[in-house]
Amino acid sequence: MTFHITVDGRPVPVVPGQSIGAALHAAGVRSWRTTRFGGRPRGLFCGIGVCFDCLISVNGRPPERACLLEAEPGDEVTTA
Amino acid sequence: MSDVIVVGAGVVGAACAYYAARAGLDVTVVDRGPVAGGTTGSGEGNVLVSDKEPGPELELAMLSNGLWRALAEHGGFEFEPKGGLVVAETDEIQRRLTELAGKQGVEHAMVSGAELRDYEPHLAEGLAGGVYYPQDAQVQPMLAAASLLRHGAESFGRGTLRLRLGVTVTGVLRSGGRVTGVRTSQGDVLGDAVVNAAGTWGGEIAALAGVELPILPRRGFILVTEPLREPLIRHKVYTAAYVTNVASDSAGLETSAVVEGTPAGTVLIGASRERVGFDRTTSVPVLARLAEQAVALFPALREVRAIRSYCGFRPYCPDHLPVIGADPRVPGLYHACGHEGAGIGLAPATGHLLAQLLAGERPDLDLRPFRPDRFSEEAA
Amino acid sequence: MTGAPYDLVVVGGGPAGVAGALTAALAGLRVALLDSGARLGGQYFRHAAVPEREPGLDRFLLQARLLDGRADVLTRHQVWNVSREPGGDLTVHALTRDSSGERPVTLRARRLLIATGAHDRPLPFPGWDLPGVLTAGGAQALLKGGGVLAGRRVVISGTGPFLLPVASGLARAGAAVLGVYEANGGLGLARHPLLALGKAGEAAAYAAALARHRVPYRTRHAVIAAHGEREVEAVTVARLDPDWNVLSTRIVGCDTLAVGYGFVPQIELGTQLGCETRGDPDGSPVLRVDAAQRTSVPGVWAAGEPTGVAGWRQAEVEGRIAGRAIVGEARPIARRGPDGVLLRRRRQWRAFGEALQRAYPVRPGWQSWLRDDTLVCRCEEVPLARVREALELGATDARSVKLLARPGMGWCQGRVCGYAVSCLAGEAPRPPRRPVAQPVTLGALAEAAPEDSPDEAAQ
Repeated sequence: MTFHITVDGRPVPVVPGQSIGAALHAAGVRSWRTTRFGGRPRGLFCGIGVCFDCLISVNGRPPERACLLEAEPGDEVTTA
Repeated sequence: MSDVIVVGAGVVGAACAYYAARAGLDVTVVDRGPVAGGTTGSGEGNVLVSDKEPGPELELAMLSNGLWRALAEHGGFEFEPKGGLVVAETDEIQRRLTELAGKQGVEHAMVSGAELRDYEPHLAEGLAGGVYYPQDAQVQPMLAAASLLRHGAESFGRGTLRLRLGVTVTGVLRSGGRVTGVRTSQGDVLGDAVVNAAGTWGGEIAALAGVELPILPRRGFILVTEPLREPLIRHKVYTAAYVTNVASDSAGLETSAVVEGTPAGTVLIGASRERVGFDRTTSVPVLARLAEQAVALFPALREVRAIRSYCGFRPYCPDHLPVIGADPRVPGLYHACGHEGAGIGLAPATGHLLAQLLAGERPDLDLRPFRPDRFSEEAA
Repeated sequence: MTGAPYDLVVVGGGPAGVAGALTAALAGLRVALLDSGARLGGQYFRHAAVPEREPGLDRFLLQARLLDGRADVLTRHQVWNVSREPGGDLTVHALTRDSSGERPVTLRARRLLIATGAHDRPLPFPGWDLPGVLTAGGAQALLKGGGVLAGRRVVISGTGPFLLPVASGLARAGAAVLGVYEANGGLGLARHPLLALGKAGEAAAYAAALARHRVPYRTRHAVIAAHGEREVEAVTVARLDPDWNVLSTRIVGCDTLAVGYGFVPQIELGTQLGCETRGDPDGSPVLRVDAAQRTSVPGVWAAGEPTGVAGWRQAEVEGRIAGRAIVGEARPIARRGPDGVLLRRRRQWRAFGEALQRAYPVRPGWQSWLRDDTLVCRCEEVPLARVREALELGATDARSVKLLARPGMGWCQGRVCGYAVSCLAGEAPRPPRRPVAQPVTLGALAEAAPEDSPDEAAQ
């Protein structure tokens, strides 16, 4: 039923259909980048693609919104 | 009662007010909107000497370049002496750029095709070469205008500087032919001299004083990218087509690649020019062309996202020169407008020269090429 | 670009968009519907791959199933611009992603239905950018879309009836909801305005759910600060006067805070096309529509929250009215008069929505919760002090504050901080100017360039 993605090399379980952001949040990972001026931690805030707080790099691509991006088996996520 | 009323709180009006107050005059600045709410707020902040043909505008730009550096020492706004790199796609264009650089008499370095990436590591392959202009710079224009207005009079002026925002000028007051002030949405404001620094709307202010000034809007779009963690682009980089577009009289769309990074991490991408009146409707084909040209110049931008765009209206005169000086047709009326896309860069020199006129001094530069009545002479 | 234009392109796959698209498709129009999500539903009917039961959801899912096959349903498509072609048709510029990456999709349409919904309206306060602080809608989306609890020990704060389903949903799913703090009202649940608006059943259900899980509901209270190092660990709860000035405070330990102060209708596709706007009772700019949901721009309709926040029932009704009007315009022969029942319902739900906005206003005291270093803009990290500086430098409105201090210049383009910045600048929020409504790679944008010469392209 569930599959895994890796977050900085660590496996995180995903229920099919979950967003990357939801999977991370469920695994207790609540921030995955820092802001460019103050180095403040950021994770999910609006949860619906509006705020861009949850930007994350998946499979080496440029940052995308974790709340909109559906997790796929084998996705490799890197946090900053 | 002020010595000078400046109409317009954009960067040119701010510079006029700043230098006039510094010269000991009492100044009132009126604007129908906020500080820097017009074309100043839609600009990239170009302080360029590289894009001008030899002549009066280049002299103005050189004077201004030095003044910006002096103003920046007082702080309050970002000034980036980043330098400009003009690139040539072909050997023929490189030859023409070389010729122009030779005539300008501006500090520059010729850059061969092989050396281009020493300046900009991410430039596309196959470019013929370019010219590097170390004096080209960029300011954050809104903050620059605001600090000139705010700190200018406070810190260095002998005169006073009063700012009245949200006040619309509805008429120019005259007595015995001479200007005595302006009528506004909030009562009359009296002064010995009125400076028209209304930018793209300068023709309307002139009309209130009963004179004609042929200033037209020339629309430009700018694309702004997401903020990048690592700067991709070091200088202001543009293609040679920019120089010819700036000087063109075409009413149709003209675009050229102008690309630069900002301290906020974003990349600004221009430049387009078209005469469509004050129409703000976004043209996706224009934005697409700007993107296409920027990607052609910097292929690494292909994966970078544009997150917003904006447009502004450059105040354009038929001969591409600004209008600076006293209007002989209406005693007491001065103009400082029509700088097209170079208003940020030319603002300090404009303000400085106009303040010299207002204070009864001889201006450092010959203002005849910029005189306000030159258009009616041509017509006659 | 596809050849013949669609009769109708609908943007937004919530109740308004699906109802509008289905009405038009059933009448034989060629319809495409685009939505950014992986499944239709929008915010209210967001659901997991295997949906839970929710009021209205069965009905929505049935409509969505009926639409499938009758229209081109394009999920995972983000629309970044709609513009008018010289010939009169509309061009809808969207982006989608597949295994090869992001790819532009361009549709041509004779008519457009804007059904883009709304998002939470947050207010800034100290610590609101700590991880673990979410919008109420964000907490709800996690639960509905991914079956994920936003946290174990949750505090909910803000204003408006939306806090109630969020609280009861989280409590039902097993979170300890430590309190619901409603900044307005002084009446408590027993006299909740929902009752006066003929929604006694709904209000009673929420009240029962909160009581069952022993969730305290406090009016004239709000969270005014969040505390923690890397994540939220505690919040300051304040008792407020009617203007939301602080009367007293206490600290409540928690691991999650969900906040919401109403909604911001998403109208930028309308403003891109030049649609006229009006102010909703809460000051939000919304698209002005006529009795047939037509905007001021020919060929452009709007339904649901972009015409005024009034909930999912109103959204569906407006979608259906718009659909009928669109069919009438496209097929004059089949024109049917307005449906009296729909019009009556629309009037009712509109009155309901406006009454709720009046019952749950944002009061000015929130500005006193902020400190100089409180971030107003999360994207560009602009603290309150810099906003104040801009106002002193001669900014007289939100736009000039943005130009001078950069709030709203970042990734979200002011969607999150725009309302707060307008309040701080002393004006009602203005209609958004967002010609690029979603980030688009320059590579994808370049593909929209016309292949002819630039001079011709300008014609």
